[in-house]
Amino acid sequence: MGHIIEVENLQKVFGQVVAVDDISFTVEEGEIFGFLGPNGAGKSTTIKILCTLLKPTRGRARLAGYDVLREPHAVRRSLGIVFQDSSLDDRLTAAQNLYLHGLLYGLSRQVLKKRIQEVLEMVGLAERQGDTVRTFSGGMRRRLEIARGFLHHPRILFLDEPTVGLDPQTRAAIWEHLHKLRKEKGLTIFMTTHYMDEAENCDRIAIIDYGRIQALDTPDNLKRSLGGDILTVVPVEGIDLAPLIRDKYNVKVQHSPEGLRIEVRDGASFIPRLASDLGNQIKSIHLRRPTLDDVFIKLTGRAIREEEASAVERMRLSSHRRPLRR
Amino acid sequence: MPAALRAIYTIWYRDTLRLLRERTRIIGMLGQPLIYFLIVGQGISSAMGFRGAPPGLNISYLQFMYPGILAMSVLFTSISSGISIIWDREFGFLKEVLVAPVPRWATAIGKALGGSTAAMAQAFILLFLAPLAQVSLDFITAVQLVAILFLISLALTFFGIAIASHMETMEGFQMIMNFLIMPLYFLSGAMFPMQSVPAWMAFLMRLDPLTYGVDALRLLVYRNADPQILSFLVRYDLKIDLSVLLLLVLALGAWGTWSFSRQE
Ligand SMILES: Nc1ncnc2c1ncn2[C@@H]1O[C@H](COP(=O)(O)OP(=O)(O)OP(=O)(O)O)[C@@H](O)[C@H]1O
Ligand SMILES: [Mg+2]
Repeated sequence: MGHIIEVENLQKVFGQVVAVDDISFTVEEGEIFGFLGPNGAGKSTTIKILCTLLKPTRGRARLAGYDVLREPHAVRRSLGIVFQDSSLDDRLTAAQNLYLHGLLYGLSRQVLKKRIQEVLEMVGLAERQGDTVRTFSGGMRRRLEIARGFLHHPRILFLDEPTVGLDPQTRAAIWEHLHKLRKEKGLTIFMTTHYMDEAENCDRIAIIDYGRIQALDTPDNLKRSLGGDILTVVPVEGIDLAPLIRDKYNVKVQHSPEGLRIEVRDGASFIPRLASDLGNQIKSIHLRRPTLDDVFIKLTGRAIREEEASAVERMRLSSHRRPLRR
Repeated sequence: MPAALRAIYTIWYRDTLRLLRERTRIIGMLGQPLIYFLIVGQGISSAMGFRGAPPGLNISYLQFMYPGILAMSVLFTSISSGISIIWDREFGFLKEVLVAPVPRWATAIGKALGGSTAAMAQAFILLFLAPLAQVSLDFITAVQLVAILFLISLALTFFGIAIASHMETMEGFQMIMNFLIMPLYFLSGAMFPMQSVPAWMAFLMRLDPLTYGVDALRLLVYRNADPQILSFLVRYDLKIDLSVLLLLVLALGAWGTWSFSRQE
């Protein structure tokens, strides 16, 4: 008990594609929980199941204590959602969009009027409330959608790639709002992203790939699990130092576009050793702390491509079906 | 307010808000009937004569077509409003309605009422323009016409919703327009009286639900005409027309809401 989201052995199969493959996890009240994964990993599918838009092929999910299959109505009342693709009515004004949402959730006119002003101020759109959404920038639309998702004061807010395609300032501003909401209202946030830096905002992250959870922990623990620092070594042209380093120091070495990627416990003391042993064969050495990217590479053997594809392009991408993988 | 009523009202309100905000649509609604009147009155009518008409038939083709034009505008507006839920479901507002704590069937009904409201707005414009077609209507007749048009439009919007619910993509849209709406219209008796066509076509016309709507509209407009002329213009009793229309609203309403609720 006490978990606001409980997911048990959830699976979703579309024809030949296993989009979500037997995942289980729980989310605590007030937590910011993130799904981090590449295109087609099954992030949106999981969200759609949790908010009762899709039926799972197998498994169970409970939100705020209600079963998504048996009590969809109560589940819907407990959640707010920002979809991956905009679902605003762009012919109507910002205020009208919020008003319609409030009507659907049964807010009385007086409460609704107050809330609309409240959320618009929270996301900094109060002056633009009478303008047609069509005239809004991508960031403004996203902020409006977050305001709308929160308008009926849900206990859980789902955000499917809330800041995709937005500039860093806007992303930071949106995160400021989200942290404030969590702090002031005890809101639970479930979000998906394929931005590593965005995942850092989460209390806990599930790394998901091919519909499976590969790891689940706090960002710090995930990074710590790599056990140290990351060195990038660029050898002198034509020399493959990988086997040599691997044998000599008994460390993990991988080829990457930037050079040799080496995981070591204590980077600062390893560099002098490396330099004195192999200095004449090395062009440069670069030391950094591990990032979630490194965790992802370690777990899946490849990097998440941080492409800034448009929604339409990504829709096309995700319609290429991935073959069944078992 | 119970959740279902809330949903019906919200969806209807949203469609109506949009209608009022879209100036091009309102201009289209005004312009389209004027174009019909012009084409039918000045163009088509010059090439048309009534085959097998009783002596003393003294109405022009434009006058004959007027109820058909009413039906046509309602047909197009209703079906396209119904089908527009595809756009909404993929790209817009409807996604947000689908996760709200309201029943799906209520959403479909709200949509049907919204589509019918748009169709009615256009019908009102056409009713005001009746004198242009040399058709004179008294108030009672106009009200009765509106009632019939509303039934037609409700049935057809539900029909559009049902089709949309079974369509995965928008590619089928043009097909439906060509192979469904056009035959529905041409076989409805809007353009020619059923009495003067070959038996096989009369049979098809009897299968076309819109036939009964057009028949009822024409009956209401020409009910004061000479009985012999009336029986050439109108095929069925108003009771029959009305029963068929009501049945259609119920059947298509059930099919539309069921199809819409059923989809994932
Ligand atoms: N309605 C559907 N029918 C068939 N296959 C689907 C459907 N929805 C999703 N899929 C498939 O399921 C897999 C997971 O898709 P999902 O949208 O959950 O990925 P995602 O992690 O959200 O990716 P992205 O970052 O691109 O949004 C993909 O292979 C996709 O093609
Ligand atoms: Mg997605």
